[in-house]
Amino acid sequence: MSVDKETVRKVAKLARLAVPEDRLEPMTNELNGILKWIEQLNEVDVDGVDPMTSTVDMKLPMREDVVQSGPTGGGQPDKVVANAPRTEDSFFVVPKVVE
Amino acid sequence: MTDITDLTLAELRDALKAKKVSSLEATDAYLANIEKATDLNAFVTVTADKAREMAKASDAKLQKGDGGAIEGVPLGIKDLFCTEGVQTTAGSHILEGFVPTYESTVSANLWRDGAVMLGKLNMDEFAMGSSNETSYFGPVINPWRVKGGNAKLTPGGSSGGSSASVAAHLCAAATATDTGGSIRQPASLTATVGVKPTYGRCSRWGIVAFASSLDQAGPIARDVRDSAIMLRSMAGHDPKDSTSVDRPTPDYEAALGQSVKGLRIGVPKEYRLDGMPAEIEKLWADGIKWMKDAGCEIVDISLPLTKYALPVYYIVAPAEASSNLARYDGVRYGHRAKEFTDVQSMYANSRAEGFGKEVQRRIMIGTYVLSAGYYDAYYLRAQKVRKRIFDEFSDAFGKCDLILTPSAPSAAFALGEKSNDPVQMYLNDVFTVTANLAGLPGASVPAGLDAKGLPLGLQLIAKPFDEETMFKGMFALEQAANFKARPENWWA
Repeated sequence: MSVDKETVRKVAKLARLAVPEDRLEPMTNELNGILKWIEQLNEVDVDGVDPMTSTVDMKLPMREDVVQSGPTGGGQPDKVVANAPRTEDSFFVVPKVVE
Repeated sequence: MTDITDLTLAELRDALKAKKVSSLEATDAYLANIEKATDLNAFVTVTADKAREMAKASDAKLQKGDGGAIEGVPLGIKDLFCTEGVQTTAGSHILEGFVPTYESTVSANLWRDGAVMLGKLNMDEFAMGSSNETSYFGPVINPWRVKGGNAKLTPGGSSGGSSASVAAHLCAAATATDTGGSIRQPASLTATVGVKPTYGRCSRWGIVAFASSLDQAGPIARDVRDSAIMLRSMAGHDPKDSTSVDRPTPDYEAALGQSVKGLRIGVPKEYRLDGMPAEIEKLWADGIKWMKDAGCEIVDISLPLTKYALPVYYIVAPAEASSNLARYDGVRYGHRAKEFTDVQSMYANSRAEGFGKEVQRRIMIGTYVLSAGYYDAYYLRAQKVRKRIFDEFSDAFGKCDLILTPSAPSAAFALGEKSNDPVQMYLNDVFTVTANLAGLPGASVPAGLDAKGLPLGLQLIAKPFDEETMFKGMFALEQAANFKARPENWWA
């Protein structure tokens, strides 16, 4: 399988990456180079094989459903927004999304 | 007394406990080395004031005979570990200026044990690279050069700042991370020791995520003992990482020097690549002989799916990266584009400006292989082949206790040599990536020099959570290799 320029444009949109028009063609070639190399996986017989989900045989640990203390806990809006490019009263500010 | 920075971590630890040197003296000596080594570009951020503050606090404890396992030892931290109040960039423009409000578990464990932070180490952007050339802050330069030459060589990647700074004695040891070989390949290229523990041994909490099912933290250090001391402090169960495994952390240092007599060393024939330099083949044969002379039994094993490991990796890792890196949207942290027309173009422009070329390439691959219609053909198939690779290792470990291979397919190469061909660059991880796919511990130990005077490493892979046997084997290799070479200091 290989990708064409239009597919690359679509994937870039899905990935939220602005790809300039003149980069689409070279990017298509780069991706096809990698995809062609990856395609050798079709030689491997995977009939009846379960896909890998975890390398370690363990159950997902459960904890009590309560607000944690420390850095993963609540009540620290200032820290949560400390690195945001734009904030107002501990809210993230984005361009208008509803007309 | 000799230069403090020439002491190994273990020697410095003992000298500090015996009050023969102070942490402040050691810290100042390292900071002086760092200042003189700007040509190596190993650090993104040097935290001199913080380092001296931490050193003074350690000295106060050491004076009273208190202190943790590595009290007062100055370390470098890969810039992928979040450090509270200190910029953490992951080598990316998109995180430039990001100052975490929390500390990663691994670095917090090191501070708990008394370590001092010298600064944050340069790396490939989001750990995606094998030569450090994808860093937004410029490539790190390998302290090693070809005998008689002055071409700039790569220190490997992605943990190139870690490997170069340890090799150049800019820190006593460093933290690093390994998703496909990012600890072991740089260690091999700089004559340092690099250890990637079993998946789940070190907490991933607070480490900027690349590919969550593959990422593991580990140390790069000057020798096997130092790496054992580092790993013991870094490892441990953490409820904040659901993949962190709840089992006690052994005293790895205690395993060093234990007899390797009777250990079965597996040698996989599939790791003999076409076009592999004869010197690497020879070094591998030397390694086999050393282990045999130490009383090990050499077992021929077969891992027929080895050649498929990298293609599997280049589906699984970009897929996970594309979802992990979705969080960089210019809203909550990181770079936001100045020009946009609506929220969608704000996302797309911020990400296009903030991510480098290789990161964008991998996000594209990952998005494509996960997209509707292609998921089964690429991602699901890759996870099935990965399961078969995992099973192949499980079978092999029925016949052997450790697997011995070269660490990397070549010695350090020149900057720019492979950066135009992604697949050529990806092949650097051909010997290391299998351990990530199967979650196994692996380590690189310096074993010799090639004809050009560049270091080469050998890799040991062990059973899950059997790092102790790996350390035993590493120590035996180190003893037999008796590697003493140092790079000539051209940078200071």
